[in-house]
Amino acid sequence: MREVKDRPPASGFSRRDFLKGSSAVAAASLAAQEALGQEKAQAGSQVVSGWTEITLDVNGQKQKVKVEPRTTLLEVLRRQLDLTGAKPVSLDDSTGASTVLVDDRPIEASTTLAVAVVDKKIRTVESFGGPHPDPVCSAFVEYDAQQCGFCTPGFVVAVRAFLDKNPNATEEQIRQGLNGNLCRCGTYAQVIQAALDVVNSNQQ
Amino acid sequence: MAKIEWPAADRTALIGGRITRIDGLEKSVGEAKYTYDINLDNQLVAVGLGCPHGHCKILALDAAPAQKVRGVVHVELLKKPDDEIQWEGELLAVVAAESEGAAREGVARLREALKFEELDVWVDDEDLEGAQGAKRTNKAGDRVKLEKEPGDDDDEDEFVEQEIERLFKESKHVVEGYYGIDAITHCCLEPHGSTVEWNGDKLNAYLSTQNVSGTDEGFAGGLGITADDVTVTCKYIGGGFGSKFAPDYWAIEAAKIAKKTGRPVQLMLDRDQELKLGGNRPSGYLKVKIGADADGVVQVWDSQHWGTSGPQGGGVSQSVVPYVYQPKNHRVVATGIRTNTAPARAWRAPNHPQACAMSQTAYDDLARKMGVDSLEIFKKNLANIASRQTAKVYADEMDIAARLIDWKAKWHPHGKGEAKGSVVEGLGMAIHEWGGVANDSAAIVRIHPDGGVSTFCGTQELGTGTRTCCAIVTAETLGLKVDDINVNIGVSTYPISGASGGSTTIGAISESHRRAATEALNQLCAKVAPKLEASADELEAVDGRIQVIGKPDHSVTWKEACTMLGMKPLEASASHKRGNATPLSSEGVGGVQMAHVAVDKETGVVKVKKFVVVQDMGLIINRLTAESQCYGAAIMGIAYALFEQRLMDPATGRFINAELSEYKLPRIGDIGEIVIELYEPEDQRSRGVIGLGEPPVISPGAAISNAVCNALGVRVPVLPITPERVVAAMQAQA
Repeated sequence: MREVKDRPPASGFSRRDFLKGSSAVAAASLAAQEALGQEKAQAGSQVVSGWTEITLDVNGQKQKVKVEPRTTLLEVLRRQLDLTGAKPVSLDDSTGASTVLVDDRPIEASTTLAVAVVDKKIRTVESFGGPHPDPVCSAFVEYDAQQCGFCTPGFVVAVRAFLDKNPNATEEQIRQGLNGNLCRCGTYAQVIQAALDVVNSNQQ
Repeated sequence: MAKIEWPAADRTALIGGRITRIDGLEKSVGEAKYTYDINLDNQLVAVGLGCPHGHCKILALDAAPAQKVRGVVHVELLKKPDDEIQWEGELLAVVAAESEGAAREGVARLREALKFEELDVWVDDEDLEGAQGAKRTNKAGDRVKLEKEPGDDDDEDEFVEQEIERLFKESKHVVEGYYGIDAITHCCLEPHGSTVEWNGDKLNAYLSTQNVSGTDEGFAGGLGITADDVTVTCKYIGGGFGSKFAPDYWAIEAAKIAKKTGRPVQLMLDRDQELKLGGNRPSGYLKVKIGADADGVVQVWDSQHWGTSGPQGGGVSQSVVPYVYQPKNHRVVATGIRTNTAPARAWRAPNHPQACAMSQTAYDDLARKMGVDSLEIFKKNLANIASRQTAKVYADEMDIAARLIDWKAKWHPHGKGEAKGSVVEGLGMAIHEWGGVANDSAAIVRIHPDGGVSTFCGTQELGTGTRTCCAIVTAETLGLKVDDINVNIGVSTYPISGASGGSTTIGAISESHRRAATEALNQLCAKVAPKLEASADELEAVDGRIQVIGKPDHSVTWKEACTMLGMKPLEASASHKRGNATPLSSEGVGGVQMAHVAVDKETGVVKVKKFVVVQDMGLIINRLTAESQCYGAAIMGIAYALFEQRLMDPATGRFINAELSEYKLPRIGDIGEIVIELYEPEDQRSRGVIGLGEPPVISPGAAISNAVCNALGVRVPVLPITPERVVAAMQAQA
């Protein structure tokens, strides 16, 4: 698999690069534009342009990555860190497939700029695995809450975040609280069962 | 020798049980690698430029503006000036770059420089007269069947006309109706696409496909090489639903760009391109007149329907209209409308869901007009069906479904239910049929001297649980556990197995794995027999042991048995040919579904309260994943019954809701309670394995439409039943 060093051109940019970068942002996807709006609101005075190296805290590890202002967190995770659990399903933030946790809050990596999450703790679905998988993952397997599985990682992260916030969630609350995630194969019925099982296990 | 047959129901260790997926954890912790997840060294990201108009002639398409973008490595033009484009989204060019941002910027530059001449557009597939006026129709087929035959001197057309007229005159109840179902898209969450690399003159293609064994030739033909130089890999696929049988031209282009640049290339369709190009299901709209006798048994059906499969016209096949219920006298005329929309692709149970939604609604309207229970009409008309399942099974399944939804207590005459505020409730039902024959499939089973078992088969894991079923069948045959089997599928160099389409995979892989594993076991037993002082055909594999039949105390452990292989692994291969008579699989299933809905008459919002699926499928391999197929089908059915539709702009031919925020699909809060009952009495189980993917997705449209009609007393004629359409139907009634 590819290493980070193989990636984009070296940094060291000029005023011209910055302008290029800016116009590129203007032409970039709706997703990136929306995400830039969020970033502006949060980042204050820092100016970033062209390709630059940043450090992200992903699954407890500091990772150096190279990004442009328009680079989404999802692209960095998937293409530079080979963390491909979060999926690119939609450019418009409407499916939950790219859900990751940033400072424990679920966000869509597809519409979050990489530069906006420097100094934040990013957790991807891959951190749910290992020898002792997160009970949400195990419950998804137990209840067969997955078919093709493409929406599953996003759903798993969303369920985890939802249950952390609502550890005693009822079935009705689960049906109301997880509408941000889209599944085409139709696994919702078993997602509900899996989430309820995690709640019940917590209560025992 | 162990025979090629299934063990009796009380003799199975695994088959028919609820077995969790062997690849389930990989999927849920994000380790499963899909085509879109393949990261190869030095890989380029490619993005396509889609045509922005439904019908146009290219005037200028210039690569230079994109080539100037920093990070863009290659621009491939797929079209040239004077080329005519027939639908929006068709790829005109592909930009390959170092990053997504650069690729998209390159595409934006191409788009700015693109010049085209707008040509006349036709995208309206419901307006038959309009389409006829615009000369956009073609005859798609017709079918007439009458009990009476014309005399020698009769003009045939005249006879048909007069006979149908006579039958309607004789009918005690006559119903006329209009029903329809809009075009929808497959909407695979992993879009169509590939990640490709060249190894000298050999192509390594990671392709999102439901046809692993059958796509190498498609690549080879498009690239001027032979199929033996192509390896197609698809370990996981993010949805297909009938739309991913071929590499498609964009995968060929990716391979061309990889060749030209000397670098691996990933080209996946963007979301809007996926909805525009990646597959759609034909629309259907039907006008019908039916005549029934005093009992409500339909005697004559006379319909014409139309719709579109894209530029070629097409639409819903007349062969399955009217659906399952087929009166002795019927005339069906189908017309295709040629639209500037991408060609349709097979969508789960091609033709059946539309045919069901356009015809079993008419049967329910007969019940409404007669003021009788719909279930009674659906039961009585089992006298005249065209199905690969029997009337007796349907009747049984209807009784089960009715009990599960509490039909007797909850049913009321159409429109006569008690309203709670502005909310009324109703029940509806529908029935379906499907084939589900086992496809071609070959498999290899290898037993190693250390006891390890691996299988190889060029099938694919479409999300249905195929990988797990390969393990279940092999483990059952060898007396092992599911986790003992190392299943290898999803690579085109493995033994050939058919495409996953038409519910043909479970039968296919059950055949090949049962046969290959039985052959391997027989060979192993021959080695073990002397030690157990028995002949090979007196041995069986049970619970991790090879034993004399019925005698666990005359046995060796599996590991011990395998050491008798000596130094070399044992390998057995076997195959099944589609259509061959076999005790392991067959075809022909039915199914009954019932819906309980609540409709708000003020807002027009429909909610599914409860949805019951009763489904037969012969012998069940894995109850857990079989149920998942039914759950998923019910939810996909709720999707096309209530939510999803392709919306086209008549002026520009643009697909205006080709994003998932606008293309409405149900969410977790929209599905209500779903109840699955798998129907597997011994007379069905003994038929062997039959496919399950398609059948349960057929009935939901009609069942939900009928339930809404039962609630309101008014038919909302066209699916999806959006709030707007409910309100419009209520107003039309008033």
